[in-house]
Amino acid sequence: MAVNTMTKLTLGPIAYHWSADARRDFYARIADEAPVDEVYLGEVICSKRAPFHEADLPATIERLERAGKTVILSTLAEVMLKRERKATEDLAAMDTPEIEVNNAAGLYARGKRPHRIGPFMNAYNDATIAWMAGQGATHVCLPAEMPAPAIAAAAQAAVALGLGVEVQVFGRASLAVSARCYHARAHGRTKDNCQFVCEEDPDGMPLRTRDDRPILRVNGIQTLSESYVDLLPEAAHLIADGVTHLRLMPQAVDMVAVAQVFRDALDGRVPTGEADARLATLIGHAGLSNGFYHGTAGYRRISAAAPA
Amino acid sequence: MSLAELICPAGTPAALRTAVDAGADAVYCGFQDATNARNFPGLNFTPDELAEAVTYAHARGTKVLLALNTYPPAGKVDLWRHAADTGARLGVDAFIVADMGVADYIARTYPGIRLHLSVQAAASSPEATRYYCENFGVKRVVLPRILTIPEIRQLRREIPCEIETFIFGNHGLMVEGRCSLTNYLTGQSTNMDGVCSPASDVEYVRDADGSMSSQLAGFTIDRFGVDEKAGYPTICKGRYAAPHRPEGYYAFEEPISLNLSRLLPELIEAGVHAFKIEGRQRSKSYVRGVVRAFRAAVDDIKAGREANIADLIALTEGQKQTQGAFETKKWR
Repeated sequence: MAVNTMTKLTLGPIAYHWSADARRDFYARIADEAPVDEVYLGEVICSKRAPFHEADLPATIERLERAGKTVILSTLAEVMLKRERKATEDLAAMDTPEIEVNNAAGLYARGKRPHRIGPFMNAYNDATIAWMAGQGATHVCLPAEMPAPAIAAAAQAAVALGLGVEVQVFGRASLAVSARCYHARAHGRTKDNCQFVCEEDPDGMPLRTRDDRPILRVNGIQTLSESYVDLLPEAAHLIADGVTHLRLMPQAVDMVAVAQVFRDALDGRVPTGEADARLATLIGHAGLSNGFYHGTAGYRRISAAAPA
Repeated sequence: MSLAELICPAGTPAALRTAVDAGADAVYCGFQDATNARNFPGLNFTPDELAEAVTYAHARGTKVLLALNTYPPAGKVDLWRHAADTGARLGVDAFIVADMGVADYIARTYPGIRLHLSVQAAASSPEATRYYCENFGVKRVVLPRILTIPEIRQLRREIPCEIETFIFGNHGLMVEGRCSLTNYLTGQSTNMDGVCSPASDVEYVRDADGSMSSQLAGFTIDRFGVDEKAGYPTICKGRYAAPHRPEGYYAFEEPISLNLSRLLPELIEAGVHAFKIEGRQRSKSYVRGVVRAFRAAVDDIKAGREANIADLIALTEGQKQTQGAFETKKWR
């Protein structure tokens, strides 16, 4: 890979219900050891979980900023209940740190003050990105299911408007959200009396087909891909097409090591093939996929594009 | 009292005429391409067919709503713009949109034509709805099927536009416009291509023990015993195994239809302006039966008469039906 030291590595918000302790330890290591430039914090999936870890936010922000990371707070993907509307409004009212908006309710509350567009906002095209830029967006994270030609066209438009452009390059892809909690359902409960059973599955609850093939992961109201997206072999193409930020989604694997693999490859210290092999070792049993990027079924793994 | 308009599906020109004749206040339809969320083979309209449909509907006092409710991927936005241009030229009464870029284009180019916010935009709060109303002049929001009646009643007080809710038909489980399950398994996107669990990827496979597997793109979405009727492999209505459910269960929802007949009076009272019947992929006779029954029920309620709810219940007799989120939040 050509040397891409300018490309920023970001760490997306934790999608799962990790305990407050686990989060503190996780972000302490990220602050001290992970070569990521920007870190997204905040509860994006389930508003019921926020009270468990939001008290730690100020300390986590301080810790990460002290380590030289840019911190961004992400808003909820689904906003329906009073507490969700309030949480969104409160975040949108903040001047620092930066805000990533994941629901139109957040856009409404934010007005024309600067903000980032999150992956749940469906910024699929140049017209939408231009509209959002006119409303104060400074940065856009594209939806995980976009194929390469659309990413290139969207990135070109965004860069021309002076926006940062981000694509998820690692971790499970978010495939759906719902008003219903599927974790609670699996345990014969409802969302209101879930007893936070989702905490049992720090990397999502696996679903298998009736002929025993892994297919999807459940995370509360969210459904995720079984495979981890891995666009490390495609990173050079993404960057050449105008993508400025590469997002790693936190999974229950050694994320410091994952970030190091990406940084080494981006900086040209480790050849792409070798870096990708390291990644496969790090994530163990989970499959890797890049199908969305290549315009085919998301779960598929298309072998490396021409070396860049 | 709300207008209680009946918004009816028109997957084909014949279904459109059927729905108009059966008493629809408005019909909704789309072109034969990715610009709408029912981009299924054999469905939808050519521009010429839409022109005839608009003439037919308008002559009978029925409105035509054009669904442009998918999300154009960058590089293909012109297809959506051209569809809007064609719809405007043919005199449709409203566009149903989800993408902000598409909404912005129509609001600027055709300020005289109504914009309805598609369920695909997933506006489930007053703030989200106001965002679209204030920025694009949206006149009506089609609500996600995730709100209870008290929540709808409250929402009604807080937004400056009309409310449309689904009342009958297929019951999707995921937040519309935020679902990539089909793309994950098949490579065709619900948001960008208007495709959901496409028939071209469906296979029914007889297993050695006589059971039947319904598959999508080679994934077993469900398996049925010899005595069971094999269902269509819609991903969110499949049976899967989880660590606590090794026997396999409907992880998301059972294959079930939405039928809000019993709640119709309450929904009208809550201030819902329009009721949407799902089913652009359905037959003429289905459309005729459902539209006639709901027409009679709405007219009865508006006239202060007791509606014959039994007829509406009978429409889904023998099938599983649900009131979904509308009745109780225990659904969640």
